[in-house]
Amino acid sequence: MARTAVRRRLTWQVATVTSLTRETDSVRTIGLQPPDWPGHRAGQHLDVRLTAEDGYTAEREYSIASAPGEPVAITVERLDDGEVSPYLTGELRAGDELELRGPVGGYFIWEPGDGGPLFLVAGGSGIVPLRAILRHRQRTGSCVPACLLYSARSWEDVIYRGELDQYHDGVEVIYTLTRSQPPGWTGHTGRVDAALLGQVAWPAAAGPLAYICGPTSFVETVAAGLVGLGYPPERVKTERFGATGGR
Amino acid sequence: MDALDGNAIAGVLHEVFGAEMTTATGTCGTCGASSLVAQLIVYLQAPGVVVRCPACGSVLMVLVQAHNMTCVDTNGLASLS
Amino acid sequence: MSPVSRGFRGRRLPAGQAAGRVPPGQYVTPGFPVLSAGPTPHTPLENWTFSITQGGDTRKSWTWQQMRALPAGTVTADIHCVTRWSKLDTEWQGVSVDTLLDQVEHDAGYVLAFCDGGYTTNLPIEDVTGGTAWVAFGYDGEPLDPEHGGPARLLVPHLYFWKSAKWVRGLELLDEDKPGFWETYGYHMYGDPWREQRYAGD
Repeated sequence: MARTAVRRRLTWQVATVTSLTRETDSVRTIGLQPPDWPGHRAGQHLDVRLTAEDGYTAEREYSIASAPGEPVAITVERLDDGEVSPYLTGELRAGDELELRGPVGGYFIWEPGDGGPLFLVAGGSGIVPLRAILRHRQRTGSCVPACLLYSARSWEDVIYRGELDQYHDGVEVIYTLTRSQPPGWTGHTGRVDAALLGQVAWPAAAGPLAYICGPTSFVETVAAGLVGLGYPPERVKTERFGATGGR
Repeated sequence: MDALDGNAIAGVLHEVFGAEMTTATGTCGTCGASSLVAQLIVYLQAPGVVVRCPACGSVLMVLVQAHNMTCVDTNGLASLS
Repeated sequence: MSPVSRGFRGRRLPAGQAAGRVPPGQYVTPGFPVLSAGPTPHTPLENWTFSITQGGDTRKSWTWQQMRALPAGTVTADIHCVTRWSKLDTEWQGVSVDTLLDQVEHDAGYVLAFCDGGYTTNLPIEDVTGGTAWVAFGYDGEPLDPEHGGPARLLVPHLYFWKSAKWVRGLELLDEDKPGFWETYGYHMYGDPWREQRYAGD
């Protein structure tokens, strides 16, 4: 029998909020149960739409924080002058409805067959899609070595700290704290620059695959640094986010 | 305001074109450079979404939501596939 | 039909506040949001000119020094962005567009403002004359910040703020109305916030 590929139409649907988990003072992970979810890939996004009583709406795109096969979750950082993130991190409760559309995006994703070694670079809440990639690696039993370089303002601002601490087999997590460091901190400080990348990134000869997610200037600095180390540009995947661009 | 990239408009592009578009290749009608849509420069903080060529800065696409409809203009693109 | 998000009000003020001063569908912001459709240009002042053009000819042009030597004034106005924020009592320093157009004899019906970066926007001549529009180079007593359109932007506060073109470099005199950047992509040709003329057909 001939089979026809049926393209799934991307439509808005009303999910139920199943949980809210505190990650840091300003960051919450929101568990979601959409009625119709085709499954997502590690690194994809979904769009959230809020509607006020007078019909006013606001939409934002968020990275999916969970691995393929896990319940859908997003991790949201509160931006004080934001319109959507203060609602999602402050007002939303388990049991509420949340309108969403997804999954979307096909570029900033990783599958075990894509190889590695993986060099993941996160700026702030740019860790979210990289966390999904690390979980996917773990759940699929992939032995691709992975190194995560995570730039955060302070130790208190590190999202998923407990989870990241638990990685051992083939995953190295390196932090740099840009604004303040806890007493006795022996790790890296300051922004990611060419010198730090030269110290911690896989050598280009190892054929690494890099994923960089963070604010625009961060992403551009890191991408240029890796290309400067000899990484082929097509092996350096980038995703920029901004104050109103999402998250 | 910093520009973002095409990843930030994956949802609205999927809605407009009916398919995942960030892995499509757009060719600039002005300078001829080809880029993945995910790597195009995107300005979201404006009356509409303005998508520019990473090589020459020309406007490739503009998306405007008016009267609950999203209209997309792709006149700046030589091709999108 | 989207369900209402419990407890979500957006940024907008409840009705009644700033009554009478805020057009329909707008909220008041204490901040000054930065909107841009492209990278911020940085034209050195020694290369900056402001030109009145017509049919491809430059009818009159001022250097930065010449512009700053013209009589300038302070304007206090409420501004209304089509993305729904309004800002009250903004204070600008600039030269009235009347001062510039008075030096060019013409019977144009419209102007198209043109800018560094390629942005354009169209306006009827009566909406930039008679003390309604300025070339502004100061905000709150300080030089206008590049992200807000410095060194100079058009200021036409009675229309939606996309008409107040940032990084303005001149006005093209036209006999017939011609859509600018956003007008080409579906925004209203005139853009009166009090009649909510956001999109073509409003």
